[in-house]
Amino acid sequence: MLDFTILSENFDVFLEGFKNTLYVSFLALIGSFILGTILAIFRIAPIKPLNWIGTIYVEFIRNIPLLIILFFIFTGLPVFEIRLSGFVAGTLALMIYTAAFIAEAIRAGILSVPKGQMEAARSSGLTYTQAMVHVILPQAIKIVIPPLGNQFINLVKNSSVLTIVAAGELMYQGDLISSRTFVTFDVYIFVAVFYLIITLPLSLGVNRLEKRLALSN
Amino acid sequence: MIKFEKVHKHYGDFHVLNNINLEINKGEVVVIIGPSGSGKSTLLRCINRLETITEGHLEVNGVVVNDKKVNINEFRKNVGMVFQHFNLYPNKTVLENIMLAPVKVLNKSKDEAKKTAMYYLEKVGIPEKANSYPSQLSGGQQQRVAIARGLAMNPEIMLFDEPTSALDPEMIGEVLDVMKALAREGMTMVVVTHEMGFAREVADRIIFIDKGQILEDTDPTEFYNEPKDERARVFLSRILNH
Repeated sequence: MLDFTILSENFDVFLEGFKNTLYVSFLALIGSFILGTILAIFRIAPIKPLNWIGTIYVEFIRNIPLLIILFFIFTGLPVFEIRLSGFVAGTLALMIYTAAFIAEAIRAGILSVPKGQMEAARSSGLTYTQAMVHVILPQAIKIVIPPLGNQFINLVKNSSVLTIVAAGELMYQGDLISSRTFVTFDVYIFVAVFYLIITLPLSLGVNRLEKRLALSN
Repeated sequence: MIKFEKVHKHYGDFHVLNNINLEINKGEVVVIIGPSGSGKSTLLRCINRLETITEGHLEVNGVVVNDKKVNINEFRKNVGMVFQHFNLYPNKTVLENIMLAPVKVLNKSKDEAKKTAMYYLEKVGIPEKANSYPSQLSGGQQQRVAIARGLAMNPEIMLFDEPTSALDPEMIGEVLDVMKALAREGMTMVVVTHEMGFAREVADRIIFIDKGQILEDTDPTEFYNEPKDERARVFLSRILNH
């Protein structure tokens, strides 16, 4: 039987972790979405050097384990006199890592909008940017929502890796409680439940958004 | 109004346009025909620089189109284009489709743009579809909206790239009727099409192009009665006897 006293006695510790996981996820989500969009535009813009930067970033970052990126930022940067807390280093690593996947999702979305849409917009006198903003991106976003939702869910789960730099998030607090009480199974069940409290609504929200956008077509 | 002088275009080794010399005057309706892959669509798309030319001189409305210093967006205001697959914006209503460029490019107010849009929707015969989405319209209706969208910019030239090729046969007539009315009003039109009835009825000239070269440039009656070029003769007998 699940030991609920573990939960009630350590509730404020769990809550602290829950809050930090929310913070980290939210900050990394915003950051990776902005960085990912910029990288996606780099990759499709008709300017070769930008294409290269985008491609190099995406291919390097998404093919390196998150843990290594995290170690590089947390233990590598101090070599250059840049010292970051576990929380900041963790958020940065998560953002840098996730941005590569988001860039790919957004790029695929933009490329899946038929070429004729850009031609129609440009031939009526709209600039490249106007055509992107008013015609291409609104159509691409619909296509991008399901893969983007997946990336956001992955991001929340991946934040558990941050326990290694003591970022104070859920996994770290779980480790703390478990090493103090010598209870493992029950503690991590509760940790999992807290993760679900974040990821399940995210998942359902994406599904609903997807359905609503499909209707408007 | 449109002037091609010794224009060439290459796609790598492929010579799409080969020494094109062509002059189209204000108010003329010119139909371009030719076998598929002959370069007729490319020729049309050069006029508003959806395709760039590799060699020669191309002047439209007094603007040297292939000049790098040309403000292409400013230039394109005056050249409307209608595509084979309509290319309406699926996420916008009919009205929003027509209003987008007048609002963003001509800086018209929403009210004014809406008035213009409704005027042209009346003209193409489907004002009742103003608030529908493109997916709720038939192909013929979508193409009429696309024509209204082009006209709403009040252009001096309209380009049509196989406007009826993607339509079911029973819808071709309604689109051609709109185009004929436009031709009678004196619009300068360049039309890539295989609709021979349309060409005979409203075209001032027919251009026959094959392998990137203009082989015939005559008036429609002459073209139908006895094309001078052998390839034009073969092509004509094929499309008339299919």
